[in-house]
Amino acid sequence: MSDQRSVLTGEHFVNGDWACAEGGLAAGCKFFAGYPITPATEIAERMSKRLPEVGGVFIQMEDEIASMNAILGASWGGSKSMTSTSGPGFSLMMENFGLGIMTETPCVLVNVQRGGPSTGLPTLVGQADMMQARWGSHGDYEVIALAPQSPQECFDLTIEAFNLSESYRIPVLVMSDEVVGHMTEKVVVPKPEDIHLVPRRKPSVPPEEFKAFQPREDLVPEMCTAGEGYYVHVTGLTHNERGYPVVTAEAQDRLVRRLVDKIRLNADRIIRVQEENLADADVIVVSYGISARTAKSAVAMARAKGYRVGFLRLITIWPFPEKRIRELARKVSAFVVPEINFGQIAREVERCAGGRARTIAVTHAGGAIHHPGKVLSVIEEAIRVKSGSGLVEETLVLR
Amino acid sequence: MGALIEDAVIDNETMVERFLRMDRLPHIWCPGCGIGTALRSTIEALADMDIPQEEFAVVSGIGCTARVAGYLKLDSFHTTHGRSIPFATGLKLANPKLKVFVFSGDGDLFAIGGNHFIHAARRNMDLKVICVNNFIYGMTGGQVGCTTPTHSKTSTSPYGNYEPPFNLCFLAAAAGAVYVARWTTFHVRQIKRSVQEAFAKRGFTFIEIISPCPTVFGSRNGFPTGLDMMKYFKANSLTVAGADPRDVEIEMGGKLKVGKFVDNERPSFQDRLSEMWGDLGLEESRIVEAE
Ligand SMILES: Cc1ncc(C[n+]2csc(CCOP(=O)(O)OP(=O)(O)O)c2C)c(N)n1
Repeated sequence: MSDQRSVLTGEHFVNGDWACAEGGLAAGCKFFAGYPITPATEIAERMSKRLPEVGGVFIQMEDEIASMNAILGASWGGSKSMTSTSGPGFSLMMENFGLGIMTETPCVLVNVQRGGPSTGLPTLVGQADMMQARWGSHGDYEVIALAPQSPQECFDLTIEAFNLSESYRIPVLVMSDEVVGHMTEKVVVPKPEDIHLVPRRKPSVPPEEFKAFQPREDLVPEMCTAGEGYYVHVTGLTHNERGYPVVTAEAQDRLVRRLVDKIRLNADRIIRVQEENLADADVIVVSYGISARTAKSAVAMARAKGYRVGFLRLITIWPFPEKRIRELARKVSAFVVPEINFGQIAREVERCAGGRARTIAVTHAGGAIHHPGKVLSVIEEAIRVKSGSGLVEETLVLR
Repeated sequence: MGALIEDAVIDNETMVERFLRMDRLPHIWCPGCGIGTALRSTIEALADMDIPQEEFAVVSGIGCTARVAGYLKLDSFHTTHGRSIPFATGLKLANPKLKVFVFSGDGDLFAIGGNHFIHAARRNMDLKVICVNNFIYGMTGGQVGCTTPTHSKTSTSPYGNYEPPFNLCFLAAAAGAVYVARWTTFHVRQIKRSVQEAFAKRGFTFIEIISPCPTVFGSRNGFPTGLDMMKYFKANSLTVAGADPRDVEIEMGGKLKVGKFVDNERPSFQDRLSEMWGDLGLEESRIVEAE
């Protein structure tokens, strides 16, 4: 349980970035390393103020590469650790995000997305790092990424991200966006005793027997901390259960397959979605983050007009709720997917729909959120035109 | 030379077994390579200090030298190329009790990782950095680096290097390291002493160990064996204690100035942090037991 100082129990009127910071603190985060970048800077600023108050350490590093590495080091040093960034910094973190995946190091990385590519739109919204979150580091692996749609969820999902990172020994991504990060709303912070926290899985055997990469039944290994006499070896090289490098195809298969499976086989436990009006739905609007809010009003408008439209909000983006989309694809004629990119998640939906239902990407280059009226017009179009399958893109219509 | 080596070798399988992961031997280093010598002197220093073994942690980047982390029986972290220092920074700040040292190559610490080095030195982060400088990228087969002497040949400077190298000791001193020393792998006792002095200090310390790399550097530059290079070190090393770090650049064929160049005091990152916040209560907040 976190202590009183770390949990500002009560009602606050604050923005999403503030809430990410407070969520981290409530989860027991005691180390933050970061580098200023709009629109994520407020998280670092909040952490620099708050961490010393709760006995933690804030450090502003020389860049995001350093920040990512510092939080990995801090995690092995025994602190729950976190960083935050946006597009350009997210790119810089990718190599060592992979180090965190390979070394199974729990920590949390918040990306408050802005418009890209490159410097793009520093102060304006985007959701175009969703695939970078999935595949941005080299090699093959699975990730966990959550997408908050409100300041309240920034708080809640940052805690959840810490819990998932400890449960699965993996760096977890919180994929926020500029609008959610900068929007001010009510955030309710519960009492410390009402916040569920997943503790680190410490070794259950003495140091002589302990293997830091020996999976338990759920494929996740226990974790020791430096300084406790375990003499752990941690490497980004392909390694065996003891952590020692083994550069063979067999060792690679054993390790990487487990890293993938520990998420894939636990996907049902990890994935969270919000569903509304699916029972009679003919068209389902699938969305996440800030776009889910515009999508939801579009769905309400469509319902008011008597259309049988459902709403599926992805809270967990990765692992992707494949099973659920597959099931739903058998029942509906189309998915409408508004997001602030050119169809990154729509393509996932299309893949899972497998030709059984159409997928219509409601695209947006970034810099603003979708207008609900435009999403509504795509919904109406989806209802009118029943035929066809595969991915259709509705960008041009929407301009 | 004989006397130096004899001294260093007294005993001690026990010492070696205590500090090396014997189950990981044989190591990957080439015959004549100096990394083993640098490691040996470091182990002697660790063994002779009154610090419990579990309090040491070693962090390395990527390269031949960086493989040291995989052989040391300590909490050991073999990170990514150039990133040992920020990783070590997080490790140290999360658990200030740890004696964290970084053991890595010149390319790792000063080319790809150079920015982290100068900032850790500026912060006076409590890290002990040991750099094996073999004048080249060893692991990738001998490319020119930021420490390759002008005119030296490498696989990517086939006509001779047309860039000047970094003077690592000057760089470390200018960036704020409180302890800076340079030795060659010929100076096994001096390395040991420097490592101990570094661990005795608070703040950011830097030890450069010039090392033979007969396979990819020596073979192209007139030192086909490790011994040839050691003879060069022996004949040309000039100990200049307290030399102005500006004056210790390395030129192949010239004198190789070695010694302790900087040994001063200024508040470390941790000192300033505790000055402002007291002990931060970090001890209680660390994840020691499962809750
Ligand atoms: C990001 C990245 N770039 C390049 C490499 C390839 N690489 C591996 S080791 C190395 C050079 C190591 O040289 P140095 O640090 O001088 O160590 P040495 O091998 O000489 O001991 C390089 C370039 C890498 N692993 N990662």
